[in-house]
Order: sequence, then C-alpha cells, then structure tokens
Amino acid sequence: MSVTFARTETGRSLRLSRVPWMPILSVAGFVLVWFIGAEIAQSRLLPGPVAVLEYIYDESLHGNLLTQLGITLWRVVASFFVAMIIGSAIGLIMGQMPAVNRVLDPWLIVLLNLPALVIIILAYVWFGLSEATAIGAVALNKIPNVVVTLREGARALDPALNEMARAYRMSPWSKFRNVTLPQLQPYFAAASRSGISLIWKIVLVVELLGRPNGVGFELHLNFQLFNVIAILGYTLAFVAVMLAIEYLLVQPLERYSTRWRNKPV
Amino acid sequence: MGADGTELTAIRDFVLDLKPESMTVLMGPSGCGKTTLLRIIAHLDDRFIGEVEFPNDARIGFMFQEPRLLPWRTVRQNIELVAAPSFTADDLDKLAHAVGITEMLPRYPLELSLGLARRVALARAFSTRPDLLLLDEPFVSLDEKTADRLRRLLLEVWSARPTTAVMVTHNAREAILLADQLVLLAPRPTHVAAIETIDVPQAERDPKMIEALHTDLLERFPANFSGL
Repeated sequence: MSVTFARTETGRSLRLSRVPWMPILSVAGFVLVWFIGAEIAQSRLLPGPVAVLEYIYDESLHGNLLTQLGITLWRVVASFFVAMIIGSAIGLIMGQMPAVNRVLDPWLIVLLNLPALVIIILAYVWFGLSEATAIGAVALNKIPNVVVTLREGARALDPALNEMARAYRMSPWSKFRNVTLPQLQPYFAAASRSGISLIWKIVLVVELLGRPNGVGFELHLNFQLFNVIAILGYTLAFVAVMLAIEYLLVQPLERYSTRWRNKPV
Repeated sequence: MGADGTELTAIRDFVLDLKPESMTVLMGPSGCGKTTLLRIIAHLDDRFIGEVEFPNDARIGFMFQEPRLLPWRTVRQNIELVAAPSFTADDLDKLAHAVGITEMLPRYPLELSLGLARRVALARAFSTRPDLLLLDEPFVSLDEKTADRLRRLLLEVWSARPTTAVMVTHNAREAILLADQLVLLAPRPTHVAAIETIDVPQAERDPKMIEALHTDLLERFPANFSGL
C-alpha cells in the first residue's frame, strides 16, 4: 500500500514541476499577503502592489526608471566579468601551485573578511569617484569568493584524465578546452550563481556612496524623500531583471553545458 | 615514489628490447611496477634513472586500465580529439565499424557499458596511428566472454596495421594469446625473470595450443603462473 502511494506522489510532483505552478503560486500568495497587509495598514509607508506597479509603469514610460536600471545592470555585468576573470585565474593558480597558495592564502582570508563598505570607501578616497573605481571596488569584493571556489575546482581536477591528455600529446589549448574547463564548469556555475546576487547588492552601495545615477542613487534619493513607493518600485523592477537573467540566461546555459550527464541538473 | 611520498625503487636494472611491429607482453604479479614501466615508456614519468630510446614526439596510443574517456564529449569527439592529422572522418567510420561502436558515435560515454567504453578506448588508441601502442591491463574487470571478444578485436585491428606494442597483464592466457615476446617479471625491485618468444602467429593459436603453452610455462615458472 505505502509503495503505491509513494509512486503516485512522485508521479504527480514530476508532472507539476514541468509547468512551474509551485513557484507561480508561491509568488502569487506573497502578493496577496502584501495586498491585504497594505489594505489594513492604509499607510504611506506600506503602499500596496497596485500602487507600486503603477509607479513602475509610469516611471518606465515618463520617468527615467529604465535608464537607471540599464546603468545599474551595466555595472553589475562589468563587475561580474572583471571578478570572474581575475578571480578564476588566481584561483586556478592557487589550486595547482601549493607554493603560491601558501603566499596568497592569508591575503585571501583578509579580503574575504574585509567589509564591502571599507573597500568601497577606500577605493573612492584613493582612486576618485569614477566609474572605473566603482566597478573595481565591486569586483574586488567578489574576487575572493571566486578564488576560493575555483581553487577547490583546480584541486579536484582528475589526474587520470590529465595523464590521458599527456599520453595522447594533446596541445595545451586543446587540453584546457576539452579536459580542464569541463571539469571546472560546476565551480564556474557555483561562483556565477552566488556572484550575480552578491554583486548587485554591492553595486547599489557603490552607487549610493559615489555615483550620480543608477538604482542605488535613486534609492538614496527616495529614502531622503521617504518615498516608499519609489523604493519598492525600483527594488521590484531590478529583482525582475535578475529573475529574468536567472531563468532565461543562467539556467538554460547550465542545462546546455551539463547535457552530457545522464540526468540533467 | 610511494603513496606516502617516500621514494621507492619499483624497478631496477631493467632492460627491454622491443622488436618493431611485434607485441611484447609484460607479465608479473600485481604491484610489481608494470604500470610504472608503461608510464616511463610513455614519458609520463621522469623520476627514474635510465634511458628510453624512443623519441619524445612519437605518437602513442594508450589504453589504460579504465577507459578514461572524456564524459562531456561524444564518443566521436573523444576519438577526433586525439586522432592523427591524417586520420579522416572516413577512417573513423571504418575503425568504429571494425570495433562495433558505429551506433555509439553520437552518444556520451556515461551512456555506455564498460565493455563498450573499452571498445571506444581501443578505437581511440588506434586513431592516433601510433608508433607505439601501450596497453595497461586493458581488459581487466570484464566478464570473460566480453574480454575474449575484445582481445579478438584488438588482434584484428592490430593485424590490419601492425604496430610496436607493449601490453601489461596478469592474465596468463591473455598473455599467451597475444604475445610475440612474453616477458616474465619477478617482484620488487622488478627485474626480468625470463623472456619467452612465441613464434606461432596469433591468429593460429587455438585454445588447445594456449592450454599446452600454459601448462608448459606453469611447470617452468611456477611463481609467475600458479594461481592464474
């Protein structure tokens, strides 16, 4: 009896997961709670979902919400690539050369534990309130995480496949592309995942402290005006952008690069 | 170098002459340094004193104990990646047909059984058009029927294009079936106990003859053949 029951359960949850009903229901539930809460509170400090959506709509058409979103998105993307490239290079070297690892490891720990705010303030003080400083400061906050993840990846490289590549005299480039990179793919995926979310949070701080535009600047401005509709509007709009990146870019890319596995992740 | 980082002498005073286009089989008990020897020949291990008179840029085909295919590349890509420049798509199809993996070419290695993966590894080893073929217990942990089919396949592909080959095994009947030159090793530090030459072409060795040779060798080298 219990076996049959378990089977029906998995069968149903599998069919359900093909259409993403559960996430949709979950979000709808949240919006409902928000709506009821706002109705009860009747306060300028807790606007309902309709008011916020109206604000987003108006600001996109007549205001500069889209421009600000674009500027912030560009900063996120730029910092992300700078952090990933520099971080993975250092991580791979540290993972494969114990001597380098011993020298750099204390600095890695320092950087991991240095508050983002300290890095941002010092960067602005020393290098000026420029776009390059902003992006560099954000990247510097993310680099240690990438290093740690990719260092693990480099340590986990399979020596048997490495030996195969050497026995067959594969060229360094071919070996990197066909033997090393695919083994690092899960580590890149993990670093990117945690990377995008961390970076966008830090980008807002950087914008708040020293940029004349972007979502962070707008949030700061509206905080001073106590304009909660605008704060929620900007937040929601950017969260939507990040969700779109996750579902339309990151996940399909991941499915493509792990298609060789028996079961897709 | 041992697993604990201490230096070990696995092999000492070892001299081996390979005859061109012949199959040399090294046979000895487990852990006597057979794999180390193959790695030295392939220039994969340089922590030894001695000489390997084989050019560094020679093309090598290596069949390891495990198939060691790249799981994220299709079977076809696995072969193409290491194949000799002169090895065309047409050659690949012929070779795949010869070892019976034509249908497997677009698949990924994780979808294959061990026996099939070994066939792919065999095809890959020949796709380099090797100057030297190295086989490290390539048929270990297969059931006897599959292993025997693969041995015949190896002989077929190898006879079509005779290559200097060195194989390591501890399976006596496999050694007698395949060897032109049978090198018997004695344990640590490994040295050559005896070299036997088998003159009959591999294709003409029937089970009766293999049993006779086996009995004969068992009498003369009980240490190498007992229990196998």
